[in-house]
Amino acid sequence: MATVTYSKATRIYPGTERPAVDHLDLEIGDGEFLVLVGPSGCGKSTSLRMLAGLEDVDDGSIHIDDRDVTHLPPKSRDIAMVFQNYALYPHMTVYENMAFALKLRKTSKADIDKRVKEAAALLQLEDYLNRKPKALSGGQRQRVAMGRAIVRKPQVFLMDEPLSNLDAKLRVQTRTQIAALQANLGITTVYVTHDQVEAMTMGHRVAVMLDGVLQQVDTPRALYDQPSNVFVAGFMGSPAMNIKTVPVTEGGALFADMTVPLSREQVAAAQADGGDGKVTVGFRPEDCDMVSPTEGGMPVVVELVEDLGSDANVYGHAALNGTNERFVVRTDRRHMPNMGDTIFVKPRPDRHHVFHAVTGNRI
Amino acid sequence: MTTTPTRPAPATAAAPPGGAAARVRKRLNTRTATVVSIIIAVLWTIPTFGLFISSFRPENDIKSTGWWTFFTDPQVTLENYQEVLFGRTASSGQLASYFINSLVITLPSVLFPLAFAALAAYALAWINFRGRDWIYICVFALQIVPLQMALVPLLSFFSEGVTVGGVTLLPAWGLTGEERFIQVWFAHTCFALPLGIFLLHNFVSQLPRDLMEAARVDGATHPKIFRTIVLPLITPALAAFGIFQFLWVWNDLLVALIFAGGGKQTAPLTVRLAELAGTRGNEWQRLTSGAFVSIVIPLIVFLSLQRYFVRGLLSGSVKG
Repeated sequence: MATVTYSKATRIYPGTERPAVDHLDLEIGDGEFLVLVGPSGCGKSTSLRMLAGLEDVDDGSIHIDDRDVTHLPPKSRDIAMVFQNYALYPHMTVYENMAFALKLRKTSKADIDKRVKEAAALLQLEDYLNRKPKALSGGQRQRVAMGRAIVRKPQVFLMDEPLSNLDAKLRVQTRTQIAALQANLGITTVYVTHDQVEAMTMGHRVAVMLDGVLQQVDTPRALYDQPSNVFVAGFMGSPAMNIKTVPVTEGGALFADMTVPLSREQVAAAQADGGDGKVTVGFRPEDCDMVSPTEGGMPVVVELVEDLGSDANVYGHAALNGTNERFVVRTDRRHMPNMGDTIFVKPRPDRHHVFHAVTGNRI
Repeated sequence: MTTTPTRPAPATAAAPPGGAAARVRKRLNTRTATVVSIIIAVLWTIPTFGLFISSFRPENDIKSTGWWTFFTDPQVTLENYQEVLFGRTASSGQLASYFINSLVITLPSVLFPLAFAALAAYALAWINFRGRDWIYICVFALQIVPLQMALVPLLSFFSEGVTVGGVTLLPAWGLTGEERFIQVWFAHTCFALPLGIFLLHNFVSQLPRDLMEAARVDGATHPKIFRTIVLPLITPALAAFGIFQFLWVWNDLLVALIFAGGGKQTAPLTVRLAELAGTRGNEWQRLTSGAFVSIVIPLIVFLSLQRYFVRGLLSGSVKG
């Protein structure tokens, strides 16, 4: 039951020039599930650890509700954290692991018992309360780590890639469980992951980071449909968006023989700020069609076809301004081309994204 | 997968995963290795066994024939034990009271270093403060100083205190009689700490960082983390260092003789054992039984602490 506010929070590791987290401004609403996502080394874990109090804040501040927690030790922040490798206390039973934080708070025995049993029931851990962590499977350990956070009834949950040690199937299953659990408890949650599928499926809002700088915060849908720059466009979605920098003319962006139409404002914006007659255009694999040779598509030579069961990804290359550029197209299984075929690809009108060639910002 | 005609490859040709170390380990597990190690163990035990036999032989037998003649001409007596434990002559016996002295010296001399070294190791490994690394390096370097070098300075520290340029920083301790046990405890603790801190620091710093952070987020303070997380997880290291320190102190003659003196009030078993042989060394048959009396406690300590040597205490805590 709390909001979290980062204002210009900055972390510079001793002995490094570049900040690991650079002037992070982020507001997280009460009961919101916010996902921090980005490639490794982008500062997402550091941001989380700053909120946890495990990392110093060199500049700026962090508030939980109206309380300034910037320099408080972890124990006075009323937060609970789930670690990537669970970090269970190996010499304690599941029950003791979950009760540890409550005992430190001098909660009464009866109350501890009640809350641990509740959490155990919620996570289907009742049968394992007397076991030590080493006698548990990976999924069970993950649930104990969750339980240890839940019994606290903290103001904020912090989760640092809690699913990355589970196998693929269990990960998908646990993903939905965590999302449902969070919706149930209504506790503000900050969740760090490098997996954009997790980010898209779990978060109410997603914050994309790169090199310590926040790129964009928005709902998963808006992030996918309206990426604010080239990096976000390329990071969200799998397979990744086709993003190419091509010459721009009055009529639009020039893909070899094909012209992707741009509006007058877009052309003007592309040529401003040293655009140098180029523009970056992206379109998602599912936002283009395979057309017949006469319909003005771009010829792509097929290199690889991935049959996913529900549909297929076609990978190929096309000659573009003298170089071979790779393209991905998602297609119906019924129209799967063969390797070595030449297909003609045409982006659907108005489903392409246009970015400035130099700054990378959306135009 | 091979195209050459198949030929039964020798078992050792396929390199086992893990390389040289794994190969060595594999070789050590063979039957020959077992037999060799048993032979070595037996060879090494024979002198002790001979001592044990001798301790039950009459004085004349001990002094005239080897212990192995016991098997052809068994003569058993408890006289040696009777004499060292309860004998009344000046150079014999009364080990019982020295036995107590040894215990009084040893227990605090083991517990103090254990406690201080564990605390210091935790602080040096997990608390961030300025100069931490330098302190650790200094402590580590102190191991180079031989104990004997410190005897005289330490003695003057006890008897004169610390005076710098005419200003008395610490007065003389002025300990007499049984108070001198304190000097022995102090000396043993000082001598044990560098090695103890080094050993335990290695162990404590290997604990997973996430575990400490989880405890901090759960609301634990440093003393709490030390007691509830660190101590239970480093019991194997504590037991190992405890055994070493115990044997060292129990068998020590030099430090005890210098700081506690040779009187019956404070001298440990080792001092008495050295005297048992008599002033001219003519009563050396008593050493056999005396040695066995002094072995009993270390044996008990070793066997009872052995169960703390547990592997895999950390398993199940963190993954990956």
